[in-house]
Amino acid sequence: MGILNKILTAFRGGANEVGQNIVDANSTRIFEQEIRDAEKHLTKAKRELTDVMAKEMQASREVDRLKRSITEHEGYATQALEKDNEALAIEVAEKIAQLDQELADQESANTSFSAHAVRLKDLVKKTERQLTDYQRQLSMVKTTESVQKATATITDSFASSNSKLMNAKDSLERIKARQQSFDDRLQASEALAEENSDKSLHAKLAEAGIGEQKSNANAVLERLKAKKG
Amino acid sequence: MNIHKIANHLTELGDESHTGLKFDCFPIDGDVEVLQVNVAGREELPVFVSVTDNQILCISYLWDESEVKEDTRTQMFETMLELNIPMPLSSFAKIDDKYVVYGALSVTSSMEEIEQELSVLSDNCLEVIDELVEFLK
Repeated sequence: MGILNKILTAFRGGANEVGQNIVDANSTRIFEQEIRDAEKHLTKAKRELTDVMAKEMQASREVDRLKRSITEHEGYATQALEKDNEALAIEVAEKIAQLDQELADQESANTSFSAHAVRLKDLVKKTERQLTDYQRQLSMVKTTESVQKATATITDSFASSNSKLMNAKDSLERIKARQQSFDDRLQASEALAEENSDKSLHAKLAEAGIGEQKSNANAVLERLKAKKG
Repeated sequence: MNIHKIANHLTELGDESHTGLKFDCFPIDGDVEVLQVNVAGREELPVFVSVTDNQILCISYLWDESEVKEDTRTQMFETMLELNIPMPLSSFAKIDDKYVVYGALSVTSSMEEIEQELSVLSDNCLEVIDELVEFLK
């Protein structure tokens, strides 16, 4: 059974009551132990892999050395034959036969190390994938529990502070009303600022003698004189 | 990462947040520590932050099962599923009998990312209630 299924079963079985664990603590512990075991296997397999790869390299170096040695001895044997020294040639040939045998042994060891390395690499990859999956599952259980506990914490806090989470509609309305009154205030203060800046502009214009002029006593007198005359 | 680091950062931000929102933080003690983050002007809809081994969870409560109109419940679910992908950074969920929007972040997230998450989640929460209010009693 997958972990999601366990979580859902626990929910439907009413395990979402505060204080009740989704998956009991014991099985979480067993699961964590399984993860630790898998980690141990992984470390062991990785160490073994390093070992086998080192041996593989050694064997391959040995194969190269033997091949070189055989070529070298073949040269000696040819030279001995050229000098008609059959006895020496046979001695060298015996050495070559011995080297051939060693080469065959090393090559077979090399092949077996390579195959072993491939198997171990495969095992490491599989174990790593399994471990990732275990950790994902454990994290699901732990997250579920954490959310349950966090919810309990929040609920308790609201209960003890004697306040409660309001229903959604009321919350929204209050927030909107607050936003509206903020917007209204903003608008009002903007309008006021505009008005003020209008006034100050008029004042400056009047001072400069531009625009509508206020009538004053002198002007009235001038007007009256003009009428009379 | 823990809730106190987040709280310190948000408090130090004051009016200087990248998102233009002001955050007030109230740590809540319990089995799992939770940080209540109030966005100024939206105190009725706080965001709750908790930190687990591998993620930071930010949750905002939408409404209670008892607030849902029974006859349009399925339509509400469909609407939620349809909105789930378009809604930036947040997803719908249900905890016990409460519907929530939430966002999960990596524990290696930067403070700016957390700040952005909180701001987007708060915006989403308001917008979702506004849009889905027809399904509520």
